[in-house]
Amino acid sequence: MKFAIQVNEGPYQHEASDSAYQFTKAALEKGHEIFRVFFYHDGVNNGTRLTTPPQDDRNVVQRWSELAEQHGLDLVVCVAAAQRRGIVDEGEMQRNGKDANNIAPGFRISGLGQLIEAAVQSERLVVFGD
Amino acid sequence: MSEDIKKFMYVNRRAPYGTIYAWEALEVVLIGAAFDQDVSLAFLDDGVFQLMKGEDTGDVEMKNFSPTYSALGDYDVTKLYVEKESLEERGLTVEDLMPLKYEDEDDDWAEKDSIRLVSRKEMAELMDEQDVLFSF
Repeated sequence: MKFAIQVNEGPYQHEASDSAYQFTKAALEKGHEIFRVFFYHDGVNNGTRLTTPPQDDRNVVQRWSELAEQHGLDLVVCVAAAQRRGIVDEGEMQRNGKDANNIAPGFRISGLGQLIEAAVQSERLVVFGD
Repeated sequence: MSEDIKKFMYVNRRAPYGTIYAWEALEVVLIGAAFDQDVSLAFLDDGVFQLMKGEDTGDVEMKNFSPTYSALGDYDVTKLYVEKESLEERGLTVEDLMPLKYEDEDDDWAEKDSIRLVSRKEMAELMDEQDVLFSF
């Protein structure tokens, strides 16, 4: 089956990103297709490479990056939600005159149309959040 | 499959200004309107407060996005299902909500109410009919 995944909450504060990750990983292992993972609301905070969790805990951000690399996952961070919360890639840094960027490997910033397209193209949209 | 029209329902469950969910949900609806799907919105639980008349956010310095709901008709978003029990549980009636309208192109552009009051049971049936449920 072809899935679209939406993550609505940030890492650590909420388990939504963990559950989304576990679901995505299990679905891929079972041979399903993940059309896209879309990060919205505080979920965009899953896309900063500056996260530094204690060493005896899971690294939520790095785990997503690794899964993306292994499976060619499309991890998309909503641009409007990202701008509000300071998640920045190279292009956004230049466009908005910022002095740094923080996007994690495997993530890209794009528009809400990517969420709608994912819902149209996939057989199921699975939303993780409150 | 990409040519198919899907039934999209945006489910609004939270009050408008305590968290950003309502406003960012509305942003999805406005962008999604360009994709020509069969779109409806559901308002239940504290989500019914999103449609209250006379919201004034001046003193809390939040952006007042309530007027945006009035523009939904222009985006062909004309089905706003409001759960009756959720209103009643909060001491509200449909009279407390904004009188949102749209012009029906299939009925000589007659002005009609966008808000449709449904029971909890009807809401469950509507959800069951959908292809995609966005939950905010």
